[in-house]
Amino acid sequence: MHMADALLSPAVGTTLWAGTAAVTSYASKKLKREIDDRTIPLMGVLGAFIFAAQMINFTIPGTGSSGHLGGGMILAIILGPHAAILVIASVLTVQALFFADGGLLALGCNIWNLGFYPCYLVYPLLYKPLVGNSQKPGRILVASLVSAVTALQLGAFSVVLETLLSGKSELPFGAFLLLMQPIHLAIGIIEGLVTAGIINYVRSARPELLETMAALRPLDASISLKKIMATFIVLAVITGGALSWFASTHPDGLEWSIEKVTGKGELPEQENGIAPVLKGIQEKTAFLPDYGFKPAGNDAKEGEAPPVWPGIEAGTSVAGLIGAVIVLGMIVLIGMGIRSFRRGCT
Amino acid sequence: MTFSDHYFDIDRLDRLSRKETFVHRLDPRVKTIATMLFLITVISFPKYEVAALVPFFLFPVLMLTLGDIPAGFIAGKILLVSPFAILIGLFNPFLDTRIVAVVAGLPVSAGILSFLSILLKFVLTISAALLLIATTSFPGVCHALRQLGFPAIFVSQLLLLYRYLFVLLEEAMRIVRARDMRSSGARGAGVRVFVRLVGVLFLRAVDRAERIYHAMLSRGFQGDLPTLRPSRVTAVDLAFLAATIAFLAGFRFSQVAEGIGRSAQELLR
Amino acid sequence: MSHHIIEFRDVCFRYPDGTEALKGISFRITHGESVGVVGANGSGKSTLIRHMNGCLLPTSGTVNIGDFPLTVKTRRELRRKVGIVFQDPDDQLFMPTVFDDVAFGPLNLGMDEACVREKVRGALDVVHCLDLQDKPPHRLSLGQKSAVAIASVMAMDPDILAMDEPAANLDPRSRRSLIAFLKTFKHSKMIASHDLDLILDVCERCIVIGDGRVVADGPSAELLSNRTMLEENSLELPLSLQGR
Ligand SMILES: Nc1ncnc2c1ncn2[C@@H]1O[C@H](COP(=O)(O)OP(=O)(O)OP(=O)(O)O)[C@@H](O)[C@H]1O
Ligand SMILES: [Mg+2]
Repeated sequence: MHMADALLSPAVGTTLWAGTAAVTSYASKKLKREIDDRTIPLMGVLGAFIFAAQMINFTIPGTGSSGHLGGGMILAIILGPHAAILVIASVLTVQALFFADGGLLALGCNIWNLGFYPCYLVYPLLYKPLVGNSQKPGRILVASLVSAVTALQLGAFSVVLETLLSGKSELPFGAFLLLMQPIHLAIGIIEGLVTAGIINYVRSARPELLETMAALRPLDASISLKKIMATFIVLAVITGGALSWFASTHPDGLEWSIEKVTGKGELPEQENGIAPVLKGIQEKTAFLPDYGFKPAGNDAKEGEAPPVWPGIEAGTSVAGLIGAVIVLGMIVLIGMGIRSFRRGCT
Repeated sequence: MTFSDHYFDIDRLDRLSRKETFVHRLDPRVKTIATMLFLITVISFPKYEVAALVPFFLFPVLMLTLGDIPAGFIAGKILLVSPFAILIGLFNPFLDTRIVAVVAGLPVSAGILSFLSILLKFVLTISAALLLIATTSFPGVCHALRQLGFPAIFVSQLLLLYRYLFVLLEEAMRIVRARDMRSSGARGAGVRVFVRLVGVLFLRAVDRAERIYHAMLSRGFQGDLPTLRPSRVTAVDLAFLAATIAFLAGFRFSQVAEGIGRSAQELLR
Repeated sequence: MSHHIIEFRDVCFRYPDGTEALKGISFRITHGESVGVVGANGSGKSTLIRHMNGCLLPTSGTVNIGDFPLTVKTRRELRRKVGIVFQDPDDQLFMPTVFDDVAFGPLNLGMDEACVREKVRGALDVVHCLDLQDKPPHRLSLGQKSAVAIASVMAMDPDILAMDEPAANLDPRSRRSLIAFLKTFKHSKMIASHDLDLILDVCERCIVIGDGRVVADGPSAELLSNRTMLEENSLELPLSLQGR
């Protein structure tokens, strides 16, 4: 599931972008020093391959619904973590631009969620130890399943965290988690099966291929577990620190201004034309400055979620509403004006 | 969406991005930066903000009309986009039911406001991203990223990804067509067949990468994809960037919509 | 200019999957010669062409370009001398636009901007593709792709030209102009093709390979009129010699 711009706060969005930028430039540095030139076209073509493969649907056994390949895990297995995260980042960039999947600000989150975990956590800490030096299809199947499920669970959990920290959604933590994790368990199992299937197919059809590719990355051995853990902890501390700092300053912090909402003055009577109609609507329209009232739902929910402040901002007032409609009309007019002007020119 | 729809969408955006208009001629770096600033500004509005977001539609509308991009196409794409944000936002009206306003006699809850806000942000951010790519060629964006300091390796393989996207999509389309012709009904679309198809596609991709590498070597490849591109930022580009920043700042920090609404109220009095 | 000599000495090549594609190939091409390579599908033509600039290195045997053997060490330098046009133009056009693609070689040779533009213009002019400059390769027809692929190699001014099926996708007019162009290219060249008429027209000498070995090597006019030998190698007489 792709994180989306509209659910993000600038603080979360930029923090995750910073994290992603750090990880991808680390990967690029590593690659630049140790890369075999032939990896560059291989990365590009495999990115295109993931894209093409994602467009082929298949029927999920027993459900009748259709699934497709995510591809993070398979790239990590074939290209190794450094090259894989760059390819994943590229695939997500193309998706963000051409399909508006997620969006450009959320791209940072998405690269993190779908790239960082499979490449830098799951691959070295789970997949490699699980597979070891074995070539057995069964072993690969188990390792792929565990890895894909873990990677997707971590990714889904991040989406939940990012959404909650951004504070645009009302979904309580527990409910959101219940919504996301099981779906991604199912997606992860499918992903694992497909990943193992492809790796095993390639291994049987062209046994030498995977070895050739593994030989392209002498860097694999140089990733020590300790280093990864240390990096991860540092990143986690920085990210967590930044996030909680932003969260505590509460980007939605509300300067609640009563005058702005209610300061309309009395409207003098005027009884002809469109005015009375509008006035009628206006009289029935009011923004209640009083935010102390009880939630219309039951109290249990209130207890579960942290106390929320209804940050009804200054702009959301009667005048704001009228203005918004007028502005929208003006923008449409401008657009149509330019369009017909251009038509006239050509 | 079916396979070929996706394909034709990429293709259509790619074609649109090669038009020759004022917007298309702007420097890709400037457009990329302007779009990012626009996104951050839109996202920076608090949870319940609705009215102040509306003036921001001016930006996509101007890009759309000045760039001569068909509005229907972009609108269609926005509707078809993955609705994750909307799904999550949809919970708000049910969870946050405190009534904060009465509009034309109907009660409006805080949840509805925050949902509306998510909806507006969704449309604004998505259309901005789509319009960036519809008015700037993808290689242009890549070039901009390189100049803005993205790693060379990343940009090189992004360019190659884009180049071979079309080649591999066509290859995949042929494979899928063969599958659909040979299989009757759902049997051919199962996981097993899928794995075989994707496996074949993968092997071909790897072989192709090897051939491309040879072709690159034959022409002196040394790890970089050099290009000749005019990369001057002109006065027009700077003016565009300045205007965008002024527009964003103006609409972010002054309550334009509310001001206009208030004047309208005054007039009606 | 002795460095335009190409010599294969008992070249064998095995692909990583075990396929023996070349099983001891020897020949020598002197300066200015143009040589056709013909043979059935899978006989090893493409594999042979890829040995010309060290894309593939022989499992045993040697390839000499001029006075130097092609090795891991020398191939970077020798590559500048040998221009290769590959069989699938999609593999050859890897840059986002036609211009960028043709400019790739000259830029890597370190030419300055004016020089690069000049080279690109000249090379595209030869194949009549100047007006395709700004197009992305995926919007070209197959024939246009082939033509641009040839231009992208010509822009590097190679001393030796090796082509794998250069005319496969060309319409008659483009094929004609390719033949005319090849006749003006005065350095050594080697052309692998199933288009025997083109070989007959352009190459005075011809090498027939079958199953990774040289089956025949001699003047084109002589070899390509030898019906029995051709048919043994899944080939047939060039149309111009079929004497209708
Ligand atoms: N990448 C590869 N890996 C393994 N075997 C290969 C590879 N490429 C080619 N071969 C095998 O090597 C042999 C020679 O192939 P090659 O491509 O050189 O033939 P060709 O004469 O060019 O054929 P065509 O006329 O079809 O182009 C064939 O048996 C082929 O199957
Ligand atoms: Mg061949």
